[in-house]
Amino acid sequence: MTPSHSQINSDLLRPLLRTSWKFYALVTILGGIVVTALVSWLSQMFYGFGISGIRWPVYWGFYVTSFVFWIGISHAGTLISAILRLVDAGWRRPVTRCAEVITVFALMIGAMFPLIHLGRPWLAFWLIPYPSERLIWPNFRSPLVWDFFAINTYLTGSLLFLLLPMIPDFAVVRDKSTGLRRRVYTLLALGWRGTPKQWHRLESAMAIMAIAIVPVAVSVHTIVSFDFSMAPVPMWQSTIFGPYFVAGAIFSGIAGLLIAMAILRRVLHLEQYLHPIHFENLGKLLLVMALLWGYFVFNERLVTYYGNEPSEMAVFWRTQRESFAPLYWTMVIGNFVLPLVIMGIKRFRTITGCVIASLGVVVGMWLERFLIIVPSLGHKYLPYSYGIYRPQPVEIIIAGATFAAMTLLYVLFVKVVPIISIWELKAGEHQPPDTTHAAAEERRLREQHS
Amino acid sequence: MTLREPQGHPEHGRGVKAVYALYPDGHSAQQALSQLHAAGVHDRDITIQSAQPMEDFEFGHRDKATWMWWIACGGGLIGMASAVGLTWLTEMSWPINVGGLPIFAWWPNLIIMFELTMLGAILATVITLVVTARLGRGSAIYDAEVSDGKILVGVVNPSESALAGLEAALTAPLGAQLKRI
Repeated sequence: MTPSHSQINSDLLRPLLRTSWKFYALVTILGGIVVTALVSWLSQMFYGFGISGIRWPVYWGFYVTSFVFWIGISHAGTLISAILRLVDAGWRRPVTRCAEVITVFALMIGAMFPLIHLGRPWLAFWLIPYPSERLIWPNFRSPLVWDFFAINTYLTGSLLFLLLPMIPDFAVVRDKSTGLRRRVYTLLALGWRGTPKQWHRLESAMAIMAIAIVPVAVSVHTIVSFDFSMAPVPMWQSTIFGPYFVAGAIFSGIAGLLIAMAILRRVLHLEQYLHPIHFENLGKLLLVMALLWGYFVFNERLVTYYGNEPSEMAVFWRTQRESFAPLYWTMVIGNFVLPLVIMGIKRFRTITGCVIASLGVVVGMWLERFLIIVPSLGHKYLPYSYGIYRPQPVEIIIAGATFAAMTLLYVLFVKVVPIISIWELKAGEHQPPDTTHAAAEERRLREQHS
Repeated sequence: MTLREPQGHPEHGRGVKAVYALYPDGHSAQQALSQLHAAGVHDRDITIQSAQPMEDFEFGHRDKATWMWWIACGGGLIGMASAVGLTWLTEMSWPINVGGLPIFAWWPNLIIMFELTMLGAILATVITLVVTARLGRGSAIYDAEVSDGKILVGVVNPSESALAGLEAALTAPLGAQLKRI
């Protein structure tokens, strides 16, 4: 049964207007983990980078792994949402905001890691292009400067892409609340009234931003891949890294989105809005991306193997059957075997199946980032540069706590903003009449082709 | 017949700032709009508000024309010009020789130009939205029932002489809920 407007308002505003003890308990636990990570970071600043496992020749460890992983997860939202908006997929309506939020928070968490990795974060402003008499103006030809521009453009665009369609929903909260909350949402709603002109402008703006954000999203992870492929390190200098990273990012993003949606559906009782078909559709996307990921890995591995270049083969065998083999094969199972089996068989493509496959993909993609970075850095061209990496507690705590930070940010967001776009859901629910000739014709054609 | 007068006009109806009706669906709202047109009220004097886009009705197509796409392109051009200027200025002012490569190289700079072009387009779009949709400026008429799915059709600052005619037009469709403020 199609829910009425009042019921949609009531269901989707419930988490904002009512707060149970479980919310406070969850925030306390997650907040505690995040504070622990902050203390660890402070201790790293105080005692120096020596308490981490990062030392010559492996200068990139858990921090850069987490950076690449979270930037990848960020591709869940804005990119998927933008593509679904552009193709006008009707089933996107309850999904888009869940996805867009992941992008913003994942980018924020990902962007923290270069600061943590700096060791002396108070010098982070050196990353920003500014004139300097010490000749440390960033070299614009450096891939690290590209990161600065790409990530900031994507973060700004994603934030605005998330915020704009929230304005009409803030107006709904304004109308349904009282007291201080009403005053706050009155400010946030920016005087939204819902005139035809406002709707047209909002939809035009969303269409333009969707077109702009897709290439930006692709560029972001391509540029992150350039951080690796521009460096003369075994198995890094690869022309396939751009699309390989983008595909991996979308892959892990979809997995993250599926997990978030399943939790939201259960905890907030959104069964009437997040249907099994949403999971099934995203599950099919996950399957496609698993195949694409497998194709890229096959390409990367086969070309390296056939080339038989000694330094590359050393890294190749380290991951295939030596010290990193357990991690490598766990990655293959998580990223390829598990999604292929679960998502490939229709009867397993349930909500539970999607979550299990997604958890495998999240683990697998984190391992993939780790396996790109560490084995190569620990085994470069000459024996003097061989070394090992042992992550230390400070890195494990910080990397692990980012998952708690992500959950915490998501929980807080759900408390202040409807997690499903109310106006988009209503627009999808209302039955179009045939009052105009164009509308009638369009509807007739749609029915004919459905 | 003048149905709408500016505020402060001697004919302005006894402190009535606006008259409007709420409708349960788009059909009734469309009928009310047709009635108002028949009564001689211009589109520009009629306020319509809804909780979602109503593009399946004629009234949902009002004010559709926009320069937003062109403004976004303009924003993109400004972004690109800024990127060219920034990279040129910085690289030429602080030349760093890296293995004899060109000081100002197009390939690596294209990435920064691309990002700033997109950023310019995005920012121009958002600014255009805020300005042209009159965000932050509110409106004389509003009813919280719009959030529950009602569609508001009304006229701001109606003249006293036209009030009865307006009310008749607004209450003609079924389910109309007339209100004055």
